[in-house]
Amino acid sequence: MSTPTAPAPLTKRYITPGVIVLILLALNGLTFVLVRLLFGIGTVTNLSDQYPWGLWIGVDVAAGVALAAGGFTSAALGHVMHREDYHVIVRPALLTAMLGYTFVALAVVIDIGRWYYVWHPLIMWNGRSPLFEVGMCVMIYAAVLYIEFLPIVTERFMGRVQLKGIFSHLNGPLETLLRILNRALGKTMFLFIIAGIVLSTLHQSSLGTLMIIAGPKMHPLWQTPILPLLFLLSAVSVGFPMVIFESLLASRSFGLKPEMSVLSKLGTLIAPLLGIYLAFKVGDMVIRETFVYLATPTTESVMFILEVVVGVIIPLRMFLSRSVVRSPLGLFIASSLVIVGVLLNRINSFIVAYTPPYSYKPYFPSIGEISVTLGFVSLLVLAYRFLVKTFPIISVERREAAPITKYSIRGSTK
Amino acid sequence: MMTTRRDFLRTTLLTAATASVADVALGSPSKIPSADRMGVLCDLTACVGCRSCEAACKRAHGLPAGPDSPAANRPDPQEHRRPSPESLTVVNEYKSSSDGSRKTYVKVQCMHCDYPACESACIVGAISKKESGPVVWDGDKCIGCRYCMVACPFQIPSFQYDTALKPDIVKCDFCVQRTREGGVPACVEICPVEALTYGRRSALIEVARRKIETYPDRYRNYLYGEFEAGGTSWLYLANNDFKEFQFPDLGRDPMPGTTESIQHGIFAYFVPPLSLYSLLGGLMWITKKRKEAEEEMAE
Repeated sequence: MSTPTAPAPLTKRYITPGVIVLILLALNGLTFVLVRLLFGIGTVTNLSDQYPWGLWIGVDVAAGVALAAGGFTSAALGHVMHREDYHVIVRPALLTAMLGYTFVALAVVIDIGRWYYVWHPLIMWNGRSPLFEVGMCVMIYAAVLYIEFLPIVTERFMGRVQLKGIFSHLNGPLETLLRILNRALGKTMFLFIIAGIVLSTLHQSSLGTLMIIAGPKMHPLWQTPILPLLFLLSAVSVGFPMVIFESLLASRSFGLKPEMSVLSKLGTLIAPLLGIYLAFKVGDMVIRETFVYLATPTTESVMFILEVVVGVIIPLRMFLSRSVVRSPLGLFIASSLVIVGVLLNRINSFIVAYTPPYSYKPYFPSIGEISVTLGFVSLLVLAYRFLVKTFPIISVERREAAPITKYSIRGSTK
Repeated sequence: MMTTRRDFLRTTLLTAATASVADVALGSPSKIPSADRMGVLCDLTACVGCRSCEAACKRAHGLPAGPDSPAANRPDPQEHRRPSPESLTVVNEYKSSSDGSRKTYVKVQCMHCDYPACESACIVGAISKKESGPVVWDGDKCIGCRYCMVACPFQIPSFQYDTALKPDIVKCDFCVQRTREGGVPACVEICPVEALTYGRRSALIEVARRKIETYPDRYRNYLYGEFEAGGTSWLYLANNDFKEFQFPDLGRDPMPGTTESIQHGIFAYFVPPLSLYSLLGGLMWITKKRKEAEEEMAE
């Protein structure tokens, strides 16, 4: 525990049996993306005039944004509160957020009918539309995340730019560029970090505002004017569980010792956050008297109970237990439940709760939609694995850290 | 499609006025419709279900006649169709629940709301309510996100799911081209029994009131669309409860009211985001100073 740790590129082999499965899933998803681009949304999805939004918006976009919340919650903890002890989680959380938002953007591009007009909101504004706000915030925040990631790039390559052959005369200018970038970013980074947190609170909540305009088309169990607050609170409460989940998975996959000292401390922060979310969720239900809908077993009532019990109450109880927070397995299960809870909540809010007045055929995602979603998740994991092997993101014990002179800009990691 | 100078001034002044007076009053959307806007009164007791309005609409918009053309291949009257990219309006048959032999024909198309949810929702402002009444879609802006379809309480906008390159959002445009040139909508023009009346909305409400007063046995004393979701350009008279004909039961509040209040609350002159920004900045500075002080102490 006392061994000093520092972020370093990981040296484990890229290809494993699991990685091969992910590559196959990614290829399968990309095939359906190609079919969608060539023949239209209707050929790949079960979407219709009755159900215009489905799995891609509910999971890839809405849940994707929520599950990338680890980025801004850990930035707030590490940078704003200056809690140095949590610094080991900031970089992995930043990477997850950056990749998460990248794939949210890709999912949006695939889902919208005219994908080549995706830039239109930048110049065609409608300030009354919550979707406009979400779109703008997500675009700006994605850019901010890339800027926040830049220091990791400069750290990795400064003093190590060794291009070969005809590119070798670029080495000098590149090195200067990296140094200028590094200095400028070092001085201004706090501006971007705060901007990232503000942008996150704005669009995490506005994702909830999206469905309010659907009015009576949304089941009363979920349709409430405080939907934006619930979305923000649930995003905040899923941020740290996501960081824990991912850190434990990465430790296992790369054969590292789990950072239990940090993760356990992080685990103790989750129960209060979940508690606040649960209080608002239940309070809203009591005030609007929507509990009457729970009396009859319907898809909606079952899904609502699942979401609240499995996704909030059980993990809340688990995070209150000291022995759970201290054991990697307990932390992993409790964190996974919170993640499942938020995933269920977004699926419920965007798909299950959506009950159009003229519905002749219920919606269930098609093989194509599921394939694309799984494909994007696989691509995200593959990119994550590649980036933690290329850049100093995950902290390892110093003596294990690879000597820095071993690398060149071409990224060979022999 | 262009925003006129007058439109611009009107919206700017209105926004400024509403912002200064009652910015976050729940249920008050930011745009006030014109008093002279047009509408259609649809008298369901007169409609005989000939569906020539469907055909006229297809002709006026250059849409394929398709298998459900009125003359041949009549669709199953009990199958309640919805507007689609091929038919902007459809007429469905409803049998009375009390008297099975009595049939009512219900024409379905965009209601052209006074406070359209689709217009408020649209991410790029591709949908707009014209001063004369129509709610129209601008294909040069639309990105195909389908949020208008999620927002519409009448479930009207339709999407070309099978078009790969330039899918459209398709819905009744109130024959905006024809009415601009002084004409009337194609469906109104063709109707052989004058079940449809085109005119100034305020005048149509008067007509409807008089009809109900004069023939109390013929009409249910209710004008659907007068207040639904803040009012619609299309108004319906019927002999029965509108629930029988699957009209959605909506309140009087405009659909965009709540979201627009929330959006205005969050972005009131950017004060809340900027306050949060400075708050976080201050917090960051304080914790940093404290950290430095602690380190000095330790040394």
